[in-house]
Amino acid sequence: MNQKFSWKKLLVHLVLFAGLGVTIFPFLWMVLTSFKTSGEAMQIPPSIFPKKFITVAYTQIISSLPFARIYFNTILSTVITVVAQLLFCAMAGYAFARIKFPFKNLIFILLLSVLMVPGQIFLIPQYLIIQKMGLLDSIPALFIPNLFSAFGTFLMRQFFLSLPEELEEAAIIDGCNRYQIFGKIMLPLVKPGLVTLSIFTFKFAWNDFMWPLIVNTSPKNMILGPALSTLQGQYTTQYPMQMAGAVMAVIPVILIFFLFQKQFIEGVAQSGIKG
Amino acid sequence: MKSAEKLQGKKAGLSWKVKDWIAGYVFIAPVTIGLMVFYIWPFIQNFWFSFNDVNKFNVTHFIGLDNYRQMLSDKEVFQSFGNTLKYVVVTVPVGLFLSLVIAALLNAKIKGKSIYRTLYFLPSVTMAAAVAMVWKWVFNEKMGILNAVITSFGGPRIGWLTNSKTAIFVIMLVGLWMTVGYNMIILLAGMQGISKTYYEAAAIDGAGSLTQFFKITIPLLTPTIFFVMITSIISAFQVFDVVYMMVLKSNPAYESTQTVVMLFYRQAFDYGYKGYAAAISILIFAVIMLITLIQFSVQKKWVNY
Repeated sequence: MNQKFSWKKLLVHLVLFAGLGVTIFPFLWMVLTSFKTSGEAMQIPPSIFPKKFITVAYTQIISSLPFARIYFNTILSTVITVVAQLLFCAMAGYAFARIKFPFKNLIFILLLSVLMVPGQIFLIPQYLIIQKMGLLDSIPALFIPNLFSAFGTFLMRQFFLSLPEELEEAAIIDGCNRYQIFGKIMLPLVKPGLVTLSIFTFKFAWNDFMWPLIVNTSPKNMILGPALSTLQGQYTTQYPMQMAGAVMAVIPVILIFFLFQKQFIEGVAQSGIKG
Repeated sequence: MKSAEKLQGKKAGLSWKVKDWIAGYVFIAPVTIGLMVFYIWPFIQNFWFSFNDVNKFNVTHFIGLDNYRQMLSDKEVFQSFGNTLKYVVVTVPVGLFLSLVIAALLNAKIKGKSIYRTLYFLPSVTMAAAVAMVWKWVFNEKMGILNAVITSFGGPRIGWLTNSKTAIFVIMLVGLWMTVGYNMIILLAGMQGISKTYYEAAAIDGAGSLTQFFKITIPLLTPTIFFVMITSIISAFQVFDVVYMMVLKSNPAYESTQTVVMLFYRQAFDYGYKGYAAAISILIFAVIMLITLIQFSVQKKWVNY
């Protein structure tokens, strides 16, 4: 009965397929063009598939700009941001969820208020702080303000709150101190939370645009987002090169997305239910 | 003996409590100090800057409300707020509609559901700058594939991104392309949270799938719709990356696509008017707050909890 052909379902698939076409087209166009010669990329009428798959655009882009360096900067800055946020947010999230100390709620509300303010509000003073630290146009400038996250703290607190309290009580009776309870008992139990937070942070840090654009100017200290803008300006009509850069910029996130798509999608889905 | 034990117990209890306080502060210290230094203090500072003239060497000079007064007579401020509002007013309802339709279709019993879901979600994880490069080329007047298709059917060659009438719509399209899948996931999760019993009861009463959608799904989904609406408005108000990548300063359509955050960026970091830019950022904040507050007060009329 389930296998019965249905016009309605065919229609649903047709509509979904059409939408998918628009969704996927830019990715396909990006990848296909990156394997063309620049002559072929601009020919009219355009060819869909490259006449011959060539990788010139990739070798060109790696030798132009300091692309390898920029790629490395992006990885470095992303990894540092993710690791720091995981550690700091898990620590704070645990304390806000489970430890009693004076002014806890006041401090928590103060930190949460950061979430309600649009990011531009902080940019000018942040820039001036980095300048005062003598770090303008440097690698640390890329990630310093991003190491601390109100969103991550809130997220981790939610995960810690969902754990049963008896676990800790048992550990306290056994003579564990707070640091042992956190490190040995609680932290391993919030692994799903840590995965969700690393996914969100990874995506955010890898795709970051405005902040690195503001603080860093020399190409050797740049990350991918703003570097693409430079690439676009320098090689205006070298489309295969531009597309090769774009492909390399999006591949890591897409890879991580496919690996962790369940956690990715569930993390986003829950934001609506909890909100 | 008994009292000594009690005393010891009390003493141990007390020190455990104090130790716990210390542990609490140790745990929250990195985030709290970091957020204070890089977010909460800057928030206050930014407010102060908006009443100052901050020159190229970052020396501040108090000028009272001058920045705000200047804003009121700045055509660029009005134009960019107009552009941004236009962007919000178009992309939020259209985006909501599209994501609702896709979510509803995916909520049906169909094959390949998870593949569709994954692929629709893809744009929202990819780098805006990278994707903007592709779209910019697609819409390019001379070399874009869109005009190649149009002209091959005998149509006119259109300067999509250089015409001040069409450019903002291209930006909207890219914005929609990036966000529809994300909102769809949230709406779909909301739909899946609606109990099947409602639908079963309605089916017994003879309600068709469209009636069920409008009488059950939509009303029960209003809290999720509200959430998606609020977050979309807030993020649409701050659109930057795509505009920065797709419309350069030299583009004749620059003025008609300049958003408020773009204007803020230019004033602060291109022209170096940090005090004025700070005032613009306060205005952006105020407008977003105002819209959100209005949304929250109107929600009682249409959101069912």
